[in-house]
Amino acid sequence: MTYSYDVQAKNFTRAGAVSSEFKKELKKLNLPSALIKRIIIALYEGEVNVVAHSYGGSITCTISSESVIITIQDTGPGIPDIALAMKEGFSTASDEVREMGFGAGMGMANMKKNSDSLHITSAEGKETRIDLSFLLTFEEGT
Amino acid sequence: MTLEEVVKHVNGTVLTGEVSLTREVEYGFSSDLMSDVLTLLDDNILLITGLSNNQAVRTAEMSDIHQILFVRGKMPDKGMIQMAKEHGITLIATSYSMFRTSGILYNAGLPYIY
Repeated sequence: MTYSYDVQAKNFTRAGAVSSEFKKELKKLNLPSALIKRIIIALYEGEVNVVAHSYGGSITCTISSESVIITIQDTGPGIPDIALAMKEGFSTASDEVREMGFGAGMGMANMKKNSDSLHITSAEGKETRIDLSFLLTFEEGT
Repeated sequence: MTLEEVVKHVNGTVLTGEVSLTREVEYGFSSDLMSDVLTLLDDNILLITGLSNNQAVRTAEMSDIHQILFVRGKMPDKGMIQMAKEHGITLIATSYSMFRTSGILYNAGLPYIY
């Protein structure tokens, strides 16, 4: 099953709406709550990044019997130095983003920590694409 | 510690209507930075914050945090209260500062996470 969502740039009122919608879908499955939390926190960090840093984009979430794959794709402006962006504490967030409680430079590292794999492609002036995967474990008795 | 005890200790006001306050919280975490809240994987956390905007409620929702205590007299708006109700999150407000609130609750036996 695949779910696709659009994410608007700079719309902090809506930031988190995609993660909230997808959380509802995950809760219909018999997954451990700790796994759902890992998936949703990584997704929310990614969604906030698109709202805060990009020109807008889309998120696609695919659930299979073995995994959840999330692709976060924006339309630019790209990340010049991915290694630096992955470093805890590094941030390019605006004052507006910080007023919303974000911009501590923890988002990318937290996405990596919570996912089973993270792959990122980007360059200055280009789109950014992040692929996250999570291996599924089901509650006993299912 | 129950939410009822939390409310009593900080002279708080419950903003999400008629809710059960018998729910137990195991830990307190004080932060205005939602980035830090999102690094927590523990359950039954009381989030103590002065950040009064949508993202405080959203962060709680994503982190499975079911109660937020707003400090320094910060009041969530109607939209936040509605969102909290939809997700079963109890909102409490106190006029006390974050330091005072945290100190009182810690003294009363609410543990820290780290």
